[in-house]
Amino acid sequence: MSAPRIAVVVFPGTWSDRDFGHVAGLLGWDVRLVWHRETDLGGADAVVLPGGFAHGDYLRTGAIARFSPVMRAITDFAAAGGPVMGSCNGFQILCEAGLLPGVLLRNDHLEFRCDWQWLRVERTASSPAWFGDLADGDLVRLPISHGEGRYYAEPAALDALEADGRVVLRYTDADGTASADANPNGSLRSIAGIVNEGGNVLGLMPHPERAAEAEVGGTDGLRLLRSLERWLSGRPAVAERRL
Amino acid sequence: MRWSAEVHVRLRAGIADPEGLTIAGGLRALGFETVHEVRHGKLLQVDFDAPDPGSAREAVASMCRRLLANPVMEVATWELRAIDEPGEELRLA
Repeated sequence: MSAPRIAVVVFPGTWSDRDFGHVAGLLGWDVRLVWHRETDLGGADAVVLPGGFAHGDYLRTGAIARFSPVMRAITDFAAAGGPVMGSCNGFQILCEAGLLPGVLLRNDHLEFRCDWQWLRVERTASSPAWFGDLADGDLVRLPISHGEGRYYAEPAALDALEADGRVVLRYTDADGTASADANPNGSLRSIAGIVNEGGNVLGLMPHPERAAEAEVGGTDGLRLLRSLERWLSGRPAVAERRL
Repeated sequence: MRWSAEVHVRLRAGIADPEGLTIAGGLRALGFETVHEVRHGKLLQVDFDAPDPGSAREAVASMCRRLLANPVMEVATWELRAIDEPGEELRLA
């Protein structure tokens, strides 16, 4: 197939859009930056909501972004099975928009945490689009950079997520063990990433786009993007509904 | 009629509130040793029009449910007053 077409959504205050664009460019993908006031995704094969501080994080992180016109197109795209990744602030936006359950709260220690973090990959079968090239139990090392990453959902909702195999990334130490010490923000059950029921919408606090070149410290982020590329090559493009 | 709502948004009971804990620690450090707990939240003042008290209450409830608070983690309570001029408080609704 031709190179994947990826839409990288830009809200006022988004800061990782050009990093995602840079990495997608390295992979030879066709990248389109989509301003939040646009109402279609230009026939994209996949959508990324990057990190940052959309709309200044006013009221709550992600709370105002859900009113941006582009969110309707993203909701339709996701409902049609299109792959969507929200990283960091993008994860917060997907939760506020109701595309993923739960919420991201202020880190338990109140610090903005910017660091490399080990994560354990789980339940890869739930999300072939994003984890097809990874195996359950794989460890990846990715940067985190957030002040509000403490995942919270009610106990019953957490149990349902676990039972449905939708917790796909957990904070661990270098041996793959989850613990309070290895948890950088106080997330319940050390949750760092989840997917929707269809497995096509992924929300994660780490930044895969910041781990795509050995020169900056690691390339584990590429494994998610290569999974996507392989998955896209084996299926027809999502027909985008124009609004 | 013109109305003013003071909306208080707090984290739900049982959700860890690290800002409240830190503020409580600050109060104790100042000598307020009897402080048991501080819960941190926010206050929003919404000035709006509605034809009668019933619809004003309904409007505030809807604003809270749909935007001002995220029910996954927060609870909103409010006080509603009818006002003639912005800033002037006349009577409780």
